[in-house]
Amino acid sequence: MPNSRHIEIQVLRYRPEQESEPVWQSYDVEFTDDMSVLQGLQHIKDDLDGSLSFRWSCRMAICGSCGMMINDKPHLSCQTFLRDLMPGPVRIEALAHLPIERDLVVSVDGFVKKLEGIKPYIIPKEPRTLEQGEYLQTPAQLERFEQYASCINCMLCYAACPQFGLDPDFTGPGVLALLHRYNADSRDGGRDERMQIVNAEEGVWSCTAVGYCSEVCPKHVDPANAVNQNKVNSAKDYFLRLLTPKGVSQ
Amino acid sequence: MNRPAAATRGYMRPMQGWWRRDPFFVRYMAREATALAVLCYSVILAVGVVRLAQGEAAWNAWLQALRSPFAVLLHVVLLGAMVIHAQSWFEIMPKTMPAMFIRGKRVAQSTIMRVGWAAAGVSTVLLVAIAWWLK
Repeated sequence: MPNSRHIEIQVLRYRPEQESEPVWQSYDVEFTDDMSVLQGLQHIKDDLDGSLSFRWSCRMAICGSCGMMINDKPHLSCQTFLRDLMPGPVRIEALAHLPIERDLVVSVDGFVKKLEGIKPYIIPKEPRTLEQGEYLQTPAQLERFEQYASCINCMLCYAACPQFGLDPDFTGPGVLALLHRYNADSRDGGRDERMQIVNAEEGVWSCTAVGYCSEVCPKHVDPANAVNQNKVNSAKDYFLRLLTPKGVSQ
Repeated sequence: MNRPAAATRGYMRPMQGWWRRDPFFVRYMAREATALAVLCYSVILAVGVVRLAQGEAAWNAWLQALRSPFAVLLHVVLLGAMVIHAQSWFEIMPKTMPAMFIRGKRVAQSTIMRVGWAAAGVSTVLLVAIAWWLK
């Protein structure tokens, strides 16, 4: 490779059939200035050690597959460049707080189950027929939820959330931000169903406003803001339920 | 699939010493720990109120106690801790508030933080001015 340099990449390996707990393994990687950490790992897999496992897909910070801890901070590996990590060594491990299945691959079962639970789709407030046309929305109404719609499910916020690390049942920043994305949508009428998840002990009240989730989010979703706005909504919901016999959440 | 998330397959890494892993977590713990300084100072003030109710002699003894070198040192330490507490809360404040819109535009997080500092500054100056005036 012309104009190439070398950097040491240390990877936390875990092969359940081989090790009872993860071990560090070091690789000497030749790289050029345009190479991301993901490309460094691909070089290792293709040319140095085919047994290394990691997830990736789009290489352009859209798919949310390649999140990992790079020098102890959650990053998308496609968006992090080796040239910025000189002189190294670069320490890479699977996303913190999540169970490691193999090497840099974490189990996403818990996350997906929680995501399904919030009904992450618009439940129309008023059903409309095709003849009635589309649901209209003003730019101001769009702005209420647009940033939360940018979530790519990369789970970096879960690796940044110590409350999730201490209690894996906590719904967590990413899923609660998406929940807010639908609750804040003027076309949606599913708020009542979702408020039960917000109000639960594993809902917004498990958050202690550490705020690191918003710092590491590669899409500027600001999940901490979504979660904390819903503490207000949850408190309102609680008191309104006391005041109204049947209970409403608006 | 009714098992809790904690029971999913894979190797779970321990959480011991988690707050020392990242400077961000250390700052968070500083915010939480300095709440004890706020508690401590509220106890000092509450004791003052009790001493005031007990009469002039008790009140003067409390004032005298506040002039001791230990009390002065304690106040300096508590002031430092309170500044850290205020600073770290103003930092997180925009994230804890519902989105605010002025003329259809969302208010920037930095603006919310500056308004917080301005309110703290103005009330501090006002309080010192009133104390000075009553002296």
